[in-house]
Amino acid sequence: MNKRILNKRLDGLFKVLGILTTVFGMLVLLVLFIDVFLDGASRLSLGFFTSFPSRKPEAAGILSAWVGTLWIMAVTAFIAIPLGIGSAIYLEEYAPKNRLTALIEISIANLAGVPSVIFGLLGLGLFVRWFNLDRSVLAGGLTLAILVLPVIILSTREALRAIPFSIREASYAVGATKWQTVYLQVLPAALGNIMTGVILAMSRAVGETAPLITIGALTYIAFLPQPPAVFSGEFPFIRLSLQGLFDPFTALPIQIFNWVSRPQKGFSVNASAGIIVLLGITLAMNSIAVILRYRQRKKTRW
Amino acid sequence: MFRKNKFQKLKEYLIEKLLFLFSLVSIFATVGIIAVLSFEAFAFFKEVSLLKFFTDTQWTPLFVKKHFGILPLLCGTLLTTLIAMLIALPVGLISAAYLSEYASEKARNIIKPVMEILAAIPTVVYGYFALLFVTPLLRKCIPGMSGFNSLSSGLVTGTMIIPLISSLSEDAFHAVPMGLREAGYALGSNRMQVSLRIVLPAAFSGVCAACVLAISRAMGETMIVAIAAGQQPRLTLNPLVPVETITAYIVQVIVSYKLRKHFQQVYE
Amino acid sequence: MKRIMCFMIIAVIACVNQAYAAKLIKVDGSSTVFPITEAVAEEFQKENSGIKVMVGISGTGGGFKRFGRGETDISDASRPIKSKEGDLARENNIEYIELPVAYDGLAVVVNPQNTWVSHLTVKELKKMWEPDAQETVTKWSQIRAGFPDKELRLYGAGTDSGTFDYFTEAICGKSGASRGDFTASEDDNVLVEGVSAEENGLGYFGLAYYEQNKDKLKLVAIDDENDANGKGPVAPAIDTVMDSTYQPLARPIFIYVSVQSAQKEEVAKFVEFYLAHAGQLVKEVGYIPLPDAAYQAALERFKKRVKGSVFGGKGAAIGVKIEDLLKRQK
Repeated sequence: MNKRILNKRLDGLFKVLGILTTVFGMLVLLVLFIDVFLDGASRLSLGFFTSFPSRKPEAAGILSAWVGTLWIMAVTAFIAIPLGIGSAIYLEEYAPKNRLTALIEISIANLAGVPSVIFGLLGLGLFVRWFNLDRSVLAGGLTLAILVLPVIILSTREALRAIPFSIREASYAVGATKWQTVYLQVLPAALGNIMTGVILAMSRAVGETAPLITIGALTYIAFLPQPPAVFSGEFPFIRLSLQGLFDPFTALPIQIFNWVSRPQKGFSVNASAGIIVLLGITLAMNSIAVILRYRQRKKTRW
Repeated sequence: MFRKNKFQKLKEYLIEKLLFLFSLVSIFATVGIIAVLSFEAFAFFKEVSLLKFFTDTQWTPLFVKKHFGILPLLCGTLLTTLIAMLIALPVGLISAAYLSEYASEKARNIIKPVMEILAAIPTVVYGYFALLFVTPLLRKCIPGMSGFNSLSSGLVTGTMIIPLISSLSEDAFHAVPMGLREAGYALGSNRMQVSLRIVLPAAFSGVCAACVLAISRAMGETMIVAIAAGQQPRLTLNPLVPVETITAYIVQVIVSYKLRKHFQQVYE
Repeated sequence: MKRIMCFMIIAVIACVNQAYAAKLIKVDGSSTVFPITEAVAEEFQKENSGIKVMVGISGTGGGFKRFGRGETDISDASRPIKSKEGDLARENNIEYIELPVAYDGLAVVVNPQNTWVSHLTVKELKKMWEPDAQETVTKWSQIRAGFPDKELRLYGAGTDSGTFDYFTEAICGKSGASRGDFTASEDDNVLVEGVSAEENGLGYFGLAYYEQNKDKLKLVAIDDENDANGKGPVAPAIDTVMDSTYQPLARPIFIYVSVQSAQKEEVAKFVEFYLAHAGQLVKEVGYIPLPDAAYQAALERFKKRVKGSVFGGKGAAIGVKIEDLLKRQK
């Protein structure tokens, strides 16, 4: 066999190998989905979504878990989005090229690479102990906010960079100040891509377990944090309170972790059902982000 | 729209300073992490010598016969990372080569989003998969394997990392100028030779960066190993027995009270 | 778009409005007692939707530390309180009421595929678990001649667990005296998972966890070589624990209620509910219920707010029989 034919065969083999390796990941994903679906789909019912966790697998539900996740997401979004977008705007539009700016950028790059459990340790030491927040929704939200902050900053900076400088120049030319330019021209134009980045960051936060376990969310919780607006019988008919922020909580990935650790067979079914819900939320958020990105790309014609 | 009032200058100044403060949060967060960890590490190393920490082969800090060697935990982390990289590196690289050199535009448009999904799945789901699907499957094939082991958690971690290596390497391949490839084809090479002997070396630094990022991600992985790898610090290279990684140990100890009490002593 | 968001938020708030509550009872401590407290909390919250109960599993030791600082209202404990822990509570002006809630047989289990072990003596267990066994006793053949030369894989309670204190005191003679190279976890579920998937494995945890996973585990009978309470090896079960033939690994388990917290109406209600329903729920969970008279005595103790422990503050009390317990309570 001369070398040319050998090489041709090897080339064909390599192509097959390439297809196999590419398909490997998809195959694993498929197996995972099928396994989880087969195991847990039967458990999905209205009761599952409206029951609290229980010692009996058939009665256990994810009510406290998904409400907790909603609360945590709300707090995280409320803190991380303004901080992240604000930092990115500062770094892209205002920051001078000095050592402090370099330090900020290094910090962000570092934070982006730190394992999530370390954020949990930060949350434990800083928010739970020093700020004395104990195992509350606020502590969990703050911890996750710091976790997603670098992701939001990086993607917002990308989005801002994509806006051509001519837009800013035109704005200055008609007499706008820096902030007016940013707020009225650059930001609206970049908003689509910024939102994509934010949604992807939040979808990552939804699935984070390690930081929340570390600040102490792993207990039996059969109640919900106090809602911010309560209908009461007397005037003024709605009572607003932030008490809920200081209540203990659990979250969807934590509940799944708890159920996976229990050896009774019934709980692995519950875990599968919980995973279906979690995957549903994650995939939905990712899909929204991708659709946003696609529409943004179509709209944008510089 | 661009009306200026007399407070405009002040407003501009305040906004700039506010945004500056926002960006300082990242520095505070980094400093916070370093501070929190240093506090504890300092208190720890007052009691345990650095030499013993790095050379002792047992980790039993809470038992009668106290040993404070980090080697067993480090070994657990390295073992799972090694197994993960053994899967992720070849699969990721070859897949990246295929996507960048062979695949059609249509194929790429389908495969890339699927890879993104693979990377977006929460790690607790992967942990569940490792413990309740991969481990029983492997136990049927390999007798004598424990329920908690580093093989299945390593395999699943590797699978999770494939998209990372694949997409970053593909970007690196993309950056190689077309001219180099064309020169190769002109000399009569086939696609495999161009990929492996021209594109890969040219993109080497990008590929290396991808690998380093992947390794760091695998080492920092917490949930998959906490669920499926075991809770026994053990200095071994056997992938079939329970081990404990550094990250899993952090989670295990935090859930128990001792560490919380320690924090309390420092801050109150 | 904004209007839809507002409407959705209001709808969600209205729906979840029903489930929140303002009163919170904090319980933490032993993972052995946890299944009972969890069952009681679940039934209690069904009848009292305005009261929230939160139950943690930091381990008996961990639970007492939090209890002593006033962070919890009730502490689950699988051994009596130690004098050190009592002192901590006293420093923070916390007084406690000791209430036994059930009897537990500590089950020693192996994998169902394990064909060579059916019973073990206390001496053999000591050989397996004492501190000197660390890194030296690694094979089954070292425990008893005739056992196969397979590697010994051990799963046991973590150091913050009351089960750990009790087992080490009962088997090795001193609380906390144990080897360190085994899979240690305060979460008994991890131990069940471990032993059920490890042919050469052996583990120990509360009987309830065995009862709930009977199909995956094999029970080992224990021979304490003391003919006074039953000749030969005895396996833990409701009858052998109740008539005190399963020794030395039968023990009372408790809840400790802080007197200050007991002044809160919801806490008092919960404790009384606990003692009233413990007899039935304990059995359901897989532990051994105390005789009705014992629960009555405990209820009296609580109502009269009798403080302190009857166990002398030395922690695990080995060999306390149910009749003794009853006498001590009175």
